[in-house]
Amino acid sequence: MKRFALLAPLLLAAPVIAQDVPPTPLVVPGQAAQAAPGQPGPAAATQTAGGPLEVDVTGGISAPMPIAIPFMPAAAIAQTPAGSTDALGRQLAEIVTNDLRNSGLFTPLQPAQLRTVMFPEVQAPAFSYWGGMGAQALVQGYIRANGDGTLTVGCYLFDVSAQTELIRQGFVVPPSDWRRAAHKCADMVYTRLTGEGPYFDSRVVYVSETGPKNNRIKRLSIMDQDGANHRFLTNGQSIVLTPRFSPNQQSIVYMSYVGRVPAIYVYEIGSGRQRMVVQNVATTFAPRFSPDGRWILFSMATGGNTDLYRVPASGGTPQKLTNSPGIDTGGSYSPDGSRIVFESDRSGGQQLYVMNADGSNQQRISFGGGRYGTPAWSPRGDMIAFTRMSGGFRIGVMSPNGGGEKILTNGWHDEGPSWAPNGRVLMFYRSAQGRSGKADLWSVDLTGVNERRVPTPLDGSDPSWGPIRP
Amino acid sequence: MARLTTTILLATALVTTAACSKKRPEVLPPAPGEAPADTSGGYAGGGATTGAVTPGSSEDFKRSVTSDTVNFGLDQYDIDPTAREILDSQVVWLQRYPNVRVTVEGHADERGTREYNLALGDRRANAAKNYLVARGVSPSRITTISYGKERPIALGSDEESWARNRRAVTVVLN
Repeated sequence: MKRFALLAPLLLAAPVIAQDVPPTPLVVPGQAAQAAPGQPGPAAATQTAGGPLEVDVTGGISAPMPIAIPFMPAAAIAQTPAGSTDALGRQLAEIVTNDLRNSGLFTPLQPAQLRTVMFPEVQAPAFSYWGGMGAQALVQGYIRANGDGTLTVGCYLFDVSAQTELIRQGFVVPPSDWRRAAHKCADMVYTRLTGEGPYFDSRVVYVSETGPKNNRIKRLSIMDQDGANHRFLTNGQSIVLTPRFSPNQQSIVYMSYVGRVPAIYVYEIGSGRQRMVVQNVATTFAPRFSPDGRWILFSMATGGNTDLYRVPASGGTPQKLTNSPGIDTGGSYSPDGSRIVFESDRSGGQQLYVMNADGSNQQRISFGGGRYGTPAWSPRGDMIAFTRMSGGFRIGVMSPNGGGEKILTNGWHDEGPSWAPNGRVLMFYRSAQGRSGKADLWSVDLTGVNERRVPTPLDGSDPSWGPIRP
Repeated sequence: MARLTTTILLATALVTTAACSKKRPEVLPPAPGEAPADTSGGYAGGGATTGAVTPGSSEDFKRSVTSDTVNFGLDQYDIDPTAREILDSQVVWLQRYPNVRVTVEGHADERGTREYNLALGDRRANAAKNYLVARGVSPSRITTISYGKERPIALGSDEESWARNRRAVTVVLN
């Protein structure tokens, strides 16, 4: 609740910004929310003169769009709890630059090598300069410290050759959330130019790892998707595994060996309180929230047999969903909550199956060579990501009916994909071969080309990418 | 209630499957209950080595049995003849100390996905437990826990290391 109140100003930010932008005759307040002079047309790989500026998300890798994000000037130099406004203005541009570069769809010019944009220039760019720099798109913005202690960040996107403003948004944030304003700005640019959903303003829970392979210390950890604002949530005294965000992002469900009893716990992010979900039963693991947050799907091993169950998120009596004599685990809900994809070795090795959320109509969907595990249903609904084991362990995707399989990575041991909120990027962990066994976090997009290491202070595994933040 | 019944039947079926997956033991398991002291025979070992060890302790167990660990094939959980011999030695010791409780830890090698390996470790721990129970050890004395691939003993990424890590370890609870 407290968190929601904190974020409320952000939701109101767009209307607020219309009055907050620097004075200029060109500003029409009503235009602020969605100013898009060029009509959004079909995706085009190349930009013709006067045509819409668009990034083709399938061909973007071969031709990423040159974009300039100069430092964002401060309305006035002021000290804030997050630093001085002029320093923040530089860092905001760097965060936007980093986000867009990591998407693989843009080639941002280095902010430090670009001209200094003065405050009055924010809405009236020097288009000929930016054109000369080779930028097709231009992001300008500003930062201002408000009297009530909040910060306002304005974000403008321009089509350089058409010399038009495409969209603008403003964000009012508490100083502690200043980075989020930059991620929101990058999300605005990304969604406007690619037509894809946003994903930069999101967080990741994962398991931080350190120590030798036979006695690894594992801590539940949370961070922004770019690795910033990193925080350890547990102290490492017990093994923790496989965390997942709740849909409202206020809690995390995960597995822990507290007291040498492997069981599922819910961790409340705000209070730090933890509670066991299912009491006094055999080993429970592989927990996930349902998309509406009402259920926790999990696996329970009894006497050597593992089946899928669900239990009300508030606790209660588990309901059994599968009944095969094999191992049924790794469940993942479809975004509408009506179906579940899971893995089972009922046919011999691990394979993927889809069933209705009540356990009915179980159908195998994977038939390739080797084994398939760790299915994750895309938040867009159109794909299922998985780990394919045939020789190496690789991350791949297929449609929910099993068609269109595509392998995206080629590590020795890549495992456990988790979807970005827009369903176009995946995070997973990669283990090193040999005595170190070090694991770290990586991301890859659906082209399979844009593979990147996700920065973490220690080693990392079991990433779970949370939804876009409100 | 129907659901509960199913679970119990299934569990029973699994016990049976595990016990039947290999040939029946040639010797019938000793009767459950008190263990006659005079069967200690070879397991007492030399007096010199056991002198400092508390009978019935974890240390005593490790010195007395053929091994505290049984190993499994790739993605397997059946009790092979080597494992049977090891578990038989554990049965003898457990029957000598009928008040001692144990936990069987199930483990998997690193070449599996995390959650599947938790389930696989559970299978292996239960396969070992079921064998001990079939040989007359009371199931109430044996708990199981799976560590999946979280606690390897061999650190290499090679067949030999993986074979060593696919294991069920009987641990005496002191």
